[in-house]
Amino acid sequence: MSEHLPVLLVVIPLMAAPTAALLRWGRAAWGLATGTSWVVLAMALLILRRVQDEGVISYFLGGWAAPIGIEYRIDTVNAWVLMIVAAIGALVMPYARASFEREIQPSKIPLLYAGLLLCLTGLLGIAATGDVFNLFVFLEISSISAYALIAAGPDRRALHAAYKYLIMGSIGATFIVIGIGMMYAMTGTLNMADLAQRLPEVSSRTVSVAFAFLTVGISLKLALFPLHLWLLDAYTFAPSAVTVFLASTATKVAVYMLVRFFFSIFGPGFSLEVMAFHWVLLPLALIAVISASLTAIYQLNVKRLLAYSSVAQIGYMILGVSLASVTGLTAGLLHLFNHALIKGALFMAMGCVMYQVGSVRMEAMRGLGKKMPWTMAAFVLGGLSLIGVPGTVGFISKWYLVLAAVEAGMWVVAALVLVGSLMAVAYVWKVVEAAYFQEYKGEFEVRQAPISLLAPTWVLVAANLYFGVNATLTSGVATRAAEVLLGVGP
Amino acid sequence: MSPVQTLFGSLSGGTTVTLAVLLPLFGTAFIGLFRARPNLREAATIVTGLLLFGLVLSLWPQIMAGENPRFVLSTPIPGIPLVLEVEPLGYLFSLVASFLWIVTSLYSIGYMRGHHEKNQTRFYLFFAIAISAAMGVAYSGNLFTLFLFYEVLTLCTFPLVTHHQTEKARRAGRVYLGILLSTSVGLQLLGIIWTYSLAGTLDFQVGGILDGHISARMVPVLLALFVFGVGKAAVMPFHRWLPAAMVAPTPVSALLHAVAVVKAGVFTILKVSVFIFGPELISGTGAADFLIWIAAATIILGSLVAFTKDNLKARLAYSTISQLSYIVLGALLANQWGIIGGGMHIVMHAFGKITLFFGAGAIMVAAHKTEISQMKGLGRSMPFTFGAFFVGALSIIGLPPAGGAWSKWFLGLGTLEAGELGLLAVLMVSSLLSLAYLLEIPLKAFFSKPDRPPEQEGIREAPLPSLIAMGITSLGTIGLFVFPEPFYRLMTMVVGG
Repeated sequence: MSEHLPVLLVVIPLMAAPTAALLRWGRAAWGLATGTSWVVLAMALLILRRVQDEGVISYFLGGWAAPIGIEYRIDTVNAWVLMIVAAIGALVMPYARASFEREIQPSKIPLLYAGLLLCLTGLLGIAATGDVFNLFVFLEISSISAYALIAAGPDRRALHAAYKYLIMGSIGATFIVIGIGMMYAMTGTLNMADLAQRLPEVSSRTVSVAFAFLTVGISLKLALFPLHLWLLDAYTFAPSAVTVFLASTATKVAVYMLVRFFFSIFGPGFSLEVMAFHWVLLPLALIAVISASLTAIYQLNVKRLLAYSSVAQIGYMILGVSLASVTGLTAGLLHLFNHALIKGALFMAMGCVMYQVGSVRMEAMRGLGKKMPWTMAAFVLGGLSLIGVPGTVGFISKWYLVLAAVEAGMWVVAALVLVGSLMAVAYVWKVVEAAYFQEYKGEFEVRQAPISLLAPTWVLVAANLYFGVNATLTSGVATRAAEVLLGVGP
Repeated sequence: MSPVQTLFGSLSGGTTVTLAVLLPLFGTAFIGLFRARPNLREAATIVTGLLLFGLVLSLWPQIMAGENPRFVLSTPIPGIPLVLEVEPLGYLFSLVASFLWIVTSLYSIGYMRGHHEKNQTRFYLFFAIAISAAMGVAYSGNLFTLFLFYEVLTLCTFPLVTHHQTEKARRAGRVYLGILLSTSVGLQLLGIIWTYSLAGTLDFQVGGILDGHISARMVPVLLALFVFGVGKAAVMPFHRWLPAAMVAPTPVSALLHAVAVVKAGVFTILKVSVFIFGPELISGTGAADFLIWIAAATIILGSLVAFTKDNLKARLAYSTISQLSYIVLGALLANQWGIIGGGMHIVMHAFGKITLFFGAGAIMVAAHKTEISQMKGLGRSMPFTFGAFFVGALSIIGLPPAGGAWSKWFLGLGTLEAGELGLLAVLMVSSLLSLAYLLEIPLKAFFSKPDRPPEQEGIREAPLPSLIAMGITSLGTIGLFVFPEPFYRLMTMVVGG
């Protein structure tokens, strides 16, 4: 049984998705989705542990060996990503019940659970597979389900947001499949390990073009500046629970794709020395950090504010990756996890506000410090983590990132990272000031959010603090993953 | 066997240290629990304060024996533990902060009730957290831990500064947080990470950790990152937050903005100077030559601005800015007398300035006056308050029979040891300035005739708890002149004498 874990991880949510759609009763679909997500988390943790103990897991689908069949290949890097996705999934599902019941028509709710499960399947599949075409298939599964999920948002503008994402996402996916096609044409294989072996032998212009197509396609998927415009509306208008899920997982998996292609398939030698990708991505990442943080300060809708902040945070991750040292990659990979915790907590808090107040615009925050103390306290703590106050996960990420920049002698980069966190103070504090320094002026009585929303929120907040003072586990895994990618160390 | 030792004698050093940081946090549970019953709530604060001070005292024999109790809390980043360790300088800071917390709590009871403040539970709650953070700063075993508690101290004092939640408080809060966070994140954190990348460690070690790891050219740059990055030390031009913080209720200004927060700042600079750079590196490379004059300028400018302020709390705030730079100066002189003087001034200035703030608060509660020009003749209705104020002022000026005389003496010796007569002149001029701007207040109160006598009828002394608190600190100020010895001993241990 346990040797089939890599495939079960993907198959179980895949089977659960249509079942959830068939269940007409929202609560039943919710039960199924929640149960599934917890089983998935347990499996992801088992896999992570096995990879830690025994090294790389290689699994052949249907027993067909690599060049013909599909291989699932899990090392520290993707075991780490699988764990992040599964953990967020396991927290979002219980959260979704109350949130969906408030925001979505009852008849559509089972379909949304099916969508969430499909999206989970796709993201897990991308992370688990060792076959580039299989990766593309899972990418489409996750993307298409995400379009549908976003379109279900309570605001009619959600349709427009989903449409925009559909167009941009499809362009991205097309670029990726073109890149994959070119690689296949040159090497005759789709297996990642085989590609890594054969690509250096056939290095030609085509490989370089494939590299370029993949870079642009994946950058679209991970919303790297200036390809980030789809993300803003998508996060703003999607149902609250969907925003939490996508913000904490989808872009993270795209970052994973980027490092997998750059470091494992093309190899650091080709990516860094021949293509010098880091000199392309580094400036873009910095612009993302500064410009998105700056724009976030002026937003009047808190979900949109957080969406801009996500663009900035993605900038941090890509910055870490493009520093291309063990410390830099560690920073990037660590921030995958840490940012999932941060944005998860913040968007969940906004979901609580949406549930009780019915709006997440800045003026809706007035006086909520008193009316919804637990929700706003969660937001403040999550916000502090986003800023990178010591004692939170955000600080650990920033520590590694600045250390990597200092080690590389890039003082300007180090300074800009810190300027970025100061801008975060500005936009987080806007919400804090509205909540604590203004009186509630609404007509109806606002009460505390229900426990089923608050509990997952506070689990994430607690994780923000716990992994902020005890990051040995997370930074250890991230460092090992960085070493695997750069091909150094044990 | 003293009673203190009987009570806490069975605890090991490391446990005591950890408890000292955690105890105020346990206290918050009781403060929250008794939120509907103010008397019990305040009792919880006072009992916590007494226990904390007892804990700190119980460490005395170990410190004197030259032991440094140590406790590792966790390891956030491999190679950089979150660790508490007590050494004489931190012990000195913790003694002052924990003792004055009890006194301030006593004072707060009178002030907050006399002033009919709202949200008192929240006030006491964050006050306790702030003390916990201050203890953490005092007992930090490495720069990483210190930075953690430093930032916690910034954040948990924000609700105290903006206690009134008015538009004015909101704006002041922005300045407070803006300056403190941007200096600490933008400069200090960069300095810390740079230090780590050079030395491979952040532990506080006697003689410093940077010697031999950094080129002489870069020492001034790194040192400047710390001196300006520790915004809490209020070295100009990063001093604006301190006057802004005066919108807070007076007990906050008294304990936090005369003792815990600002002293955490100068304490950090002292620690960095002694245990990260090491006196030899600083004096050997002349790294501080330029920064010393910035501190000197802050000393003079702070005093000059204090002159122009008619609002009593604003005047005290600028006086604090000036006095803090005395300590920064001592740390940057980085010679034996400079460091001893700097450390002693943490204690002496704390007692003196807290007395002055207590006085300012008492005047506000009893007479509802905030401007110095309104205080003419007030001394006749409030003789005790202005008497205590006079003693506190003497200490700040540095005159006997108040404790401030000692620290200024040692700092003066420090400037002579460095051969900088110009700096000695700066200290003297600033003392004269403070003589003028501080003594003006009690003199006006006692010897001037009130402008409109009938208005002052019915003004009586402040509430009793506040008077007791002022009595304790002003007597303490005089006591420190007679018995400065324990603190002097601690400081000689720091410089290895």
